[in-house]
Amino acid sequence: MKLITYNFLTSKCIRGVKVGYPLKLKIVQKEVVQTDFNPEFITRLLPRLDYPTVHMAAELVDCAEGVPKELGENYAADQDLLQKLHHILLEIDIIEGQLECPETGRIFPITQGIPNMLLNEDEV
Amino acid sequence: MARRPEHMAPPEIFYNEDEAQKYSNNTRIIEIQCEMAERAIELLALPEDEPCFILDIGCGSGLSGESLEEAGHSWIGIDISKAMLDIAVEREVEGSLILGDMGQGMPFKPGTFDGAISISALQWLCNADKTTHHPQKRLYTFFCTLFSCLTRTARAVFQFYPENPEQIELVTTQAMKAGFYGGLVVDYPNSTKAKKYFLVLMTGGVAQLPQALGDDAEERRIAFTKKREMIKAARGKPLKKSRDWILQKKERRRRQGLETRKDTKYTGRKRSGRF
Repeated sequence: MKLITYNFLTSKCIRGVKVGYPLKLKIVQKEVVQTDFNPEFITRLLPRLDYPTVHMAAELVDCAEGVPKELGENYAADQDLLQKLHHILLEIDIIEGQLECPETGRIFPITQGIPNMLLNEDEV
Repeated sequence: MARRPEHMAPPEIFYNEDEAQKYSNNTRIIEIQCEMAERAIELLALPEDEPCFILDIGCGSGLSGESLEEAGHSWIGIDISKAMLDIAVEREVEGSLILGDMGQGMPFKPGTFDGAISISALQWLCNADKTTHHPQKRLYTFFCTLFSCLTRTARAVFQFYPENPEQIELVTTQAMKAGFYGGLVVDYPNSTKAKKYFLVLMTGGVAQLPQALGDDAEERRIAFTKKREMIKAARGKPLKKSRDWILQKKERRRRQGLETRKDTKYTGRKRSGRF
């Protein structure tokens, strides 16, 4: 699972959960993959991402260096920052680990890079 | 008629390793899936030359995702079958994969995707595979959560195989209840084999539905035929004293071995007034 996906995932499908965001991420094994840098795509995506969660994830994978806590106005012109965000969001693949719902503490395991978001029938 | 896969077993069991293998080996299945995915992407009507972020519901082995990649978009896929997702991992697709049940809702933050496609998945939701399953409720949960995770100009295109008109009704009613606009686009409605159902849903208000393929208004009209010709064809014999009648008579004589003048442009022609 790429960190971009992590940024979008919530646990609001569980009954009784109101926000379910951000999920707590625990990484056991991760991998770095190479992908093509597309600044236009990152710029378009950034307003849609929850930036504090991006920063939190960056700290978790030790890539927070040079990534500001808050996103400035003209991030689109900052190629360095975009490159870094590209690396964090699209090149780090979490192979094993888990996601935890912040409200109920329900654990969603990540195996072979695929988060298991299936719920039991009594949780829906 | 072949049995429908959704009658055999729930999707997470039906799409086991054997079935999943078909989706990476069988070229016919691959071709059909890619064709439908391409048509679905066309129906999404995304802005041109802009990389978009698309949700693929029931992504399976990532065949439809590959079509999205070719079109230059990024995608996240969700599927209930672990075996199918394993195949997708093996094929090294670019998109992110998530194991999830569409009937339990889409686990995404609001306003995430520029669009959603789904190839041959929606009909699975119309079945109750467990005692706790309630198709109507599951469809409603699905459409509601999908509506919220799309942007307000997005479209969602579902290719599906409805079993009967009631199923179409069930699906569209729940989609409208969840706030979507849109409707059904049927490609090649006059063909049994090529006929494909696409449910095109829009989040941003009423817009015109795209034109279906192989469904020209011209074709649907019955071609105008001359009444005379129709009567003639019905009787099976040409009108007496007409050129056709003469030609037929001559043909019969030839068959009988009688001496007959050959057919020319003068055959059956009226004499001019000089005679």
